[in-house]
Amino acid sequence: MAFYRPAAWQKPLSLALLCALLALPTGLEALGQEFYIGFATRVLIFALAATSLNLVLGFGGMVSLGHAAFFGTGAYVAAICQQAGIAEALLAFPLAMAAAGLLALAVGAISLRTRGVYFIMITLAFAQMAYYLFVSARAWGGDDGLSLSRRMTLAGFSLASDTALFFAALAALAATMLLFGRLADARFGRALQAIRENETRMEALGYPVFRYRLVAFALGGALAGLAGALLANQTGLASPGLLQWTQSGTLLVMVIIGGVGYLYGGIVGAVVLLMLEETLVGFTEHWHIVLGLLLLGVVLFAPKGVAALFGKRHG
Amino acid sequence: MTQLLLEQALNGLQFGLMLFLLAAGLTLVFGIMDCINLAHGSLYMVGAYFVAAAAQAADSFWIGLGAGVAGAAVLGLLLEVTLFRRLYQRDHLSQVLATFALILIANEAVRLIWGPAPLMLNPPEALAGPVEIGNFFYPAYRLVIIAFGVAVAALLYLLVAKSRVGMWVRAGAANREMTEALGINVRALFTAVFVFGAALCALAGGLLGPLLAVQVGMGESVLILAFVVIIIGGIGSIRGALVGSLIVGTVDTLGRALLPTLLRAMLPADAASTLGPALASILIYLLMAGILFFKPQGLFPSRA
Repeated sequence: MAFYRPAAWQKPLSLALLCALLALPTGLEALGQEFYIGFATRVLIFALAATSLNLVLGFGGMVSLGHAAFFGTGAYVAAICQQAGIAEALLAFPLAMAAAGLLALAVGAISLRTRGVYFIMITLAFAQMAYYLFVSARAWGGDDGLSLSRRMTLAGFSLASDTALFFAALAALAATMLLFGRLADARFGRALQAIRENETRMEALGYPVFRYRLVAFALGGALAGLAGALLANQTGLASPGLLQWTQSGTLLVMVIIGGVGYLYGGIVGAVVLLMLEETLVGFTEHWHIVLGLLLLGVVLFAPKGVAALFGKRHG
Repeated sequence: MTQLLLEQALNGLQFGLMLFLLAAGLTLVFGIMDCINLAHGSLYMVGAYFVAAAAQAADSFWIGLGAGVAGAAVLGLLLEVTLFRRLYQRDHLSQVLATFALILIANEAVRLIWGPAPLMLNPPEALAGPVEIGNFFYPAYRLVIIAFGVAVAALLYLLVAKSRVGMWVRAGAANREMTEALGINVRALFTAVFVFGAALCALAGGLLGPLLAVQVGMGESVLILAFVVIIIGGIGSIRGALVGSLIVGTVDTLGRALLPTLLRAMLPADAASTLGPALASILIYLLMAGILFFKPQGLFPSRA
């Protein structure tokens, strides 16, 4: 894989995209399509989750099949905070990120001792543990999950309206992309990608390979936790289903469809997959078959993902 | 107490042997072809549906079992020739994506053909009752499953450890290029192993059908367990798969049966009733993480 370097068109395009998204709720309201504000929020949240996995998978080269554990933990922490009377997102969201990040730190510290398929499987195993723990935690609703009686406030402003939550999700994603873009092009990101390309050489050069990977893994987990906290606010529920391994698989699929190791891979993947889902559901209730066939097509004919069809990375 | 222990140990043995049927195929596909097959559980599900449908049509469990296993083998052949062959050379990520797509397709196709309700599969009537062992009763059908599992394990052992084809398979798992260089048709060997694995899946699905419900999604939970087994045992090792299966089968079954009681003796009732089921369901994952921590290649690593 080639190294990430920001292309000249990236900054103007990102700004244009951000402006378009800022105007989206007003536009949708003018068209009388308020329903799609909620859908757009969902896309933004999953774009954030997929981007966090892309940091781990695409830039760190760690194929984690347990990312949903951090996503779900974030959702649960948000719900638990709300239950405990902390209804301020500026307090609850960082808590969710801290909890998910710490969990990722612990999981990573053990999992990163293994390589290849063993790493895939041990991350999966840890995610299953987290899943079963939440399923059997009766204080947190067990099988049914924990519901939020109402949405939180962000710096005093209520997130109750779909538009407000949309802007909160947009702000979270924009901040993440800013951080992600800077990080990928900075010393940390370069070293991380170099480790992905040739671990032995980086080790020989004296880089603390394990620590770089661990930091990336924990950061990815914390960002997934933020996405989870946002999702819990949108759906009003933190359920064990969020931690299921199929959820990890879905996030993985998003990143692969979008383009592994491309800055916008996670966003593209989330947009493509969720729009596909939304469209296919309208045609047939058996849309999973169509989705499966499309995914097979991507694997066989566009192995580098959708983002790769548009941009070339510099070698 | 000893009676309960004995009964649960037998259940664990039976569960472990069925896991072995799944894990044996998975570990070979994994070890020789270096291919992650998440759809292995779907073969188990589809196999169980084949067996149930054939058994209903023929009104005989044994005919259904034979026809279902044969059907799954044919399906495995089709899948290998059309899809998996293209995946062997690809990276793990592509394999995960492609086989994840297969799971989606298989689940939905089964729902489309047989509907969302679980299918009923009855054990043969002669085996429906319990038999007396020593001083307690145990379902005859479960004993038959144990017998099947032991027979298949023995057969596999002879096949892999004593036969020429088995030698090729082991050689392929240890070093694929070298095996090819020695003039073995590895491609045909891959196909044979994959088809054999699919047939074993259907056998496990068909045998477990009367005990568990034949339903959509039955493949996923068992798939994860099969992965845990081969990771514990070491990828590519049949011996590891057998040991891993028996460990996972007994630990899981005994854990679920005994842990809640055990904890109640040690902890206050309130804490025990919460902790018991949680600990029982994560026990095997804890075990796997522990084993990987000390032996990152599993108990019986097949590659040097």
